[in-house]
Amino acid sequence: MPLSWAVFASFLLAAAGYVIGRSRAFATAGPDVRKLHSRPTYHGYSVALTALLPPLAVLAVASILRMAGVLSDSAGPVAGLVALAAAVAGLAWGVMRVGQQFQARNAVERMVLGLLMLCSLIAIVTTAGIVLSLVFETGRFFQLYDWKTFFFGTEWTPRFQGNSQLGIVPLLWGTLYISFIALLVSVPIGLFAAIYMSEYATRRVRSIAKPAIEVLAGIPTIVYGLFALITVGPLLRDYFAQPLGLGNSGSSVLTAGLVMGVMLIPFVSSLSDDIINAVPQSLRDGALGLGSTPSETVRQVVLPAALPGIVGAVLLAASRAIGETMIVVLGAGASAQMSLNPLEAMTTITVKIVSQLTGDSDFNSPETLVAFALGLTLFVITLGLNVVALYIVRKYREQYE
Amino acid sequence: MYDINRAENAVTQTDIKISARKVQVYYGEKHALKDVDVDIQDKTVTAFIGPSGCGKSTFLRCINRMNDTIPIARVEGQILLDGEDVYDRRVDPVQLRAKVGMVFQKPNPFPKSIYDNVAYGPRIHGLSRNRAELDAIVEKALRGAALWNEVKDRLHEPGTGLSGGQQQRLCIARAVATSPEVLLMDEPCSALDPIATAQVEELIEELRSQFSVVIVTHSMQQAARVSQKTAFFHLGSLVEYGDTDDIFTKPQDSRTEAYISGRIG
Repeated sequence: MPLSWAVFASFLLAAAGYVIGRSRAFATAGPDVRKLHSRPTYHGYSVALTALLPPLAVLAVASILRMAGVLSDSAGPVAGLVALAAAVAGLAWGVMRVGQQFQARNAVERMVLGLLMLCSLIAIVTTAGIVLSLVFETGRFFQLYDWKTFFFGTEWTPRFQGNSQLGIVPLLWGTLYISFIALLVSVPIGLFAAIYMSEYATRRVRSIAKPAIEVLAGIPTIVYGLFALITVGPLLRDYFAQPLGLGNSGSSVLTAGLVMGVMLIPFVSSLSDDIINAVPQSLRDGALGLGSTPSETVRQVVLPAALPGIVGAVLLAASRAIGETMIVVLGAGASAQMSLNPLEAMTTITVKIVSQLTGDSDFNSPETLVAFALGLTLFVITLGLNVVALYIVRKYREQYE
Repeated sequence: MYDINRAENAVTQTDIKISARKVQVYYGEKHALKDVDVDIQDKTVTAFIGPSGCGKSTFLRCINRMNDTIPIARVEGQILLDGEDVYDRRVDPVQLRAKVGMVFQKPNPFPKSIYDNVAYGPRIHGLSRNRAELDAIVEKALRGAALWNEVKDRLHEPGTGLSGGQQQRLCIARAVATSPEVLLMDEPCSALDPIATAQVEELIEELRSQFSVVIVTHSMQQAARVSQKTAFFHLGSLVEYGDTDDIFTKPQDSRTEAYISGRIG
């Protein structure tokens, strides 16, 4: 019996359980429904859940055991049968519990609580699992490759026949340089747009302009990448790099940075807009009442009050910039080099993770395992930024609640 | 109307600071304030009383054009400050608000130090040439708001850390520091406890020597305690205006009498 049939049958039994539980509750109550502790519907739910949860638990345990190698693949049908038996047993037990005194409502409440806790747990455990697997693989990488060369090496020349130079510094430099340019573009534009939206725009303008800005956030990053590759890159090369003698490359740090900056504008503007709107109107009234102009009010009262939140928004934008891949692949190229010239091609950590893992990879050589070390480094950087950002945002919230 | 005429006759023309004629305010379609005529005297405390939604705060916010910040509000009629119409095209509302200070219902200190809160107005209007002058203005304003002794040792701590009553006096100091000619107070004590209220009321009495104070209040006792003139608003109209003692002892209008005796409102 395939497992999917067992799941399907359990759901059918649960549905039947609901009907049986409900009608039995009516039957035990007699003419006066108020004698029941819980409404018949709750008895129905209680029976349905006692019929459904045991088989699901059995199936979950069986899957874990099979992944761990304790059960062989052929144990599938057996597991299905056990699950079905659990469903029938659960249904019988649930139906037996129905009675005037049985507190079905409280029982359902407890089961719902358990379900909600389980879902939160899944999210947390998955994250922990991803991090653990990263850490584990990174450990294997550092057994094969010297960590000092990785963290401080300024050469990135992977060779699949061995003897590679795997220094993270040029990649880190590219990542930070591109992110810096992206923030240089997105923070002022996004912030000023947010100030206009929240402080100056009439309701009509706001109702049109705000969704229009947020359309930018809906564009897939690969489309931004195309835009960088086909339009912005050649434009910068033909009108800046070549006339000024700064380079011949169509892909450059500046291209990727500019396009990524555009991508981040709605992110910065909608976060800052929320934060600026959270500044109490009474502060604005106070400043206007003392004879400030609107811009003085914004500069001297609203922005200082919103500053921690805005810093948080900028840090969140920074962590997105650091993790961005597609725009960089298409906009900045893939050559790992360190230079101050923004019109030269460079690359980032994310791009190199992709290129190390595409092609034949047997996850035994340092050339492939390095991807995990890069990923973990990236994770630590963005996690750090997010923690700082959330800390600042939370601190700011406390101030006005 | 009898009372308005009498009020005009009781003082000389030069004493009238604000003179409103046929003021109408609309919020969108709603006619919030109808035909308000009033003359507010200099160096006097004038109280606006009336039930909630009667238009008293609306009228107060017309005097320094704070209603401009509400997109759907529309004001008609004439409000003269020293004979000059504040709704004239040439009047800059920003300049006007420097002359007509305002204190709000809820204390709203800026998220800055106590010193910077008080120095805010003088700084944006360039009232001091150097740090020493600014220090002097801040000290004078804080003394004027009876707050100096409590905060002189912690001028550079955040103003939001003060107690509610202290915050409200800080806001009064902030308004006083720009040396306004009129001070508008919109229910300044409604968020304060009785002790803080008494301190603010005492302060209002002192401020009267420097400029005219217009105070909106829900408390009739407060109006009776602090004001010399009282205006009673009801359903968007100015019902009665006159000496505070007269309003509370021998009101002319039956609605005023009903309100002060607690039958409406």
